[in-house]
Amino acid sequence: MVFSHGAAHEAALSLVIVRPRKRQRRAMTRHYSAFSLFKEGLRGQKGWQQAWRSPQPKPRYDILIIGGGGHGLATAYYLARAHNIRNVAVIEKGWLGGGNTGRNTTVVRSNYFFPESTALYDLALRLYETLGRDINYNIMLSQRGIITLAHSEAEMEMAARTVNAMQINGTDAELFDAKDVRRVLPLLNVSPQARYPVFGGVWQGRAGTARHDAVAWGYARAADRLGVDIIQSCEVEEFLVEGGRCRGVRTSRGEIRAERTGMVVAGHSSHLAAKAGFRLPITSYALQACVSEPIKPVLDTVVLSPGTGTYASQSDKGELVIGGALDRVPSYGQRGNLPVLEDVVSGLLEMFPSFRQLRLMRQWAGIVDVTPDSSPILGESPLPGLFLNCGWGTGGFKAIPAGGTLLAHLLATGTHHDISRPFDLDRFARGRLIDEAAGSGIAH
Amino acid sequence: MQLFPCPFCGPRSESEFHFGGDAGNHRPEGFRAVTDGEWSNYLHARNNPRGAANEIWMHMTCGEVFRMERDTVHHRVARSFAPGEGDGHDGMAH
Repeated sequence: MVFSHGAAHEAALSLVIVRPRKRQRRAMTRHYSAFSLFKEGLRGQKGWQQAWRSPQPKPRYDILIIGGGGHGLATAYYLARAHNIRNVAVIEKGWLGGGNTGRNTTVVRSNYFFPESTALYDLALRLYETLGRDINYNIMLSQRGIITLAHSEAEMEMAARTVNAMQINGTDAELFDAKDVRRVLPLLNVSPQARYPVFGGVWQGRAGTARHDAVAWGYARAADRLGVDIIQSCEVEEFLVEGGRCRGVRTSRGEIRAERTGMVVAGHSSHLAAKAGFRLPITSYALQACVSEPIKPVLDTVVLSPGTGTYASQSDKGELVIGGALDRVPSYGQRGNLPVLEDVVSGLLEMFPSFRQLRLMRQWAGIVDVTPDSSPILGESPLPGLFLNCGWGTGGFKAIPAGGTLLAHLLATGTHHDISRPFDLDRFARGRLIDEAAGSGIAH
Repeated sequence: MQLFPCPFCGPRSESEFHFGGDAGNHRPEGFRAVTDGEWSNYLHARNNPRGAANEIWMHMTCGEVFRMERDTVHHRVARSFAPGEGDGHDGMAH
């Protein structure tokens, strides 16, 4: 449209100029909400912006994070958000959330025994409770509760001890008797003839599930928005060590230097540690999971049976999500073996005989980093300038917001947060193990 | 179901075997003082290699301990040795 410059046209002119600007700004929908969904629906879904950029790596950053899973992306987000350090890169050899973040069974809980563990895992659960709002991404948190069954009088006594410990440590816990269990699990086999009869269990009502991919994608989008570079298909080849200090890494996409480097690679921690010249108290195992075909809602809580070694929940799509114990063969093969899958599925059918008609749709495995005390490792590595977040074993997903918060604190300040201090690597030489395998019977 | 070769019983199901750690992980001994670091390195640190591994296993059915070389990515077993067989670098007392 062409107008003359006459004053009489000023009003019309301003309208004409303003309109296209407005349209340009509207063309990029950045904020996720019911309103933006509605608005995009009217506009043919054409305004959605890509959730994160794919920049070329710069030669130097303040802080470099190796590993684009939940913990690595959360670390980047909290560095930018809580410490205002935005010259940060996350490098990932595969794709975001393609490791254990996308392979777990999506359970979040903080039902541990020792005070150090409750402080850690309850921090994570509290952060999960507000995460959707904090990062403007629906992580589909569903606090449907978890019931850990007790199969004998002796196990009921241990359950009471666990409940007491959890309550004293400041998180929610309730001791369920058999009647309570029947109320939340109407399909559970509670017959006295059952191989593992049900006496009761430990209930944590704030526990539940969250969508695992959404946690990775939400942190990635929020970190990117704050200026963090997220670089996929970028594999670490070696560490740059100068003057006895880690100065960055050489990658498949060139050298990247940084003042401090965080290594957040779960089951591959020992492999990278060997490149950095030290060993870790970690053994890598495959942990399997599987899902059934989708069915109507039958299970609205998370159930774990120490007797059968199986746990299960039902996803929003209706699939039963089923997990169990580790494979007993140390492995880096993301497949899993048949004996354990057979044990897990037979355990499920022992608990829920009516599920025997279901077909399994998918089975997979992730490589988990198991420590001698089943507690994670957070702190500076034996190579100064390189910091660790690893050793979560079978329970890393539930801890993502805490692992990110604490590693961000370490990378920003060079010192421990009070909550991460007990989980330093030095606990193994000092003999101050936090043995959750013995304490809470967590099977990892 | 994978078959592992017990040097005494031949190929048997993997579920009959128990992982016993790295071959060559020697317990620090003698009259000298063992530091916390040395002891922790023996007790807790692991090679945990991605790829070729040299490990101690027990065949629980016969109760024998042996050394096995295998790959931790694709799980192919290269060889297994009775104590005293092979190159002798198995870290086991003979």
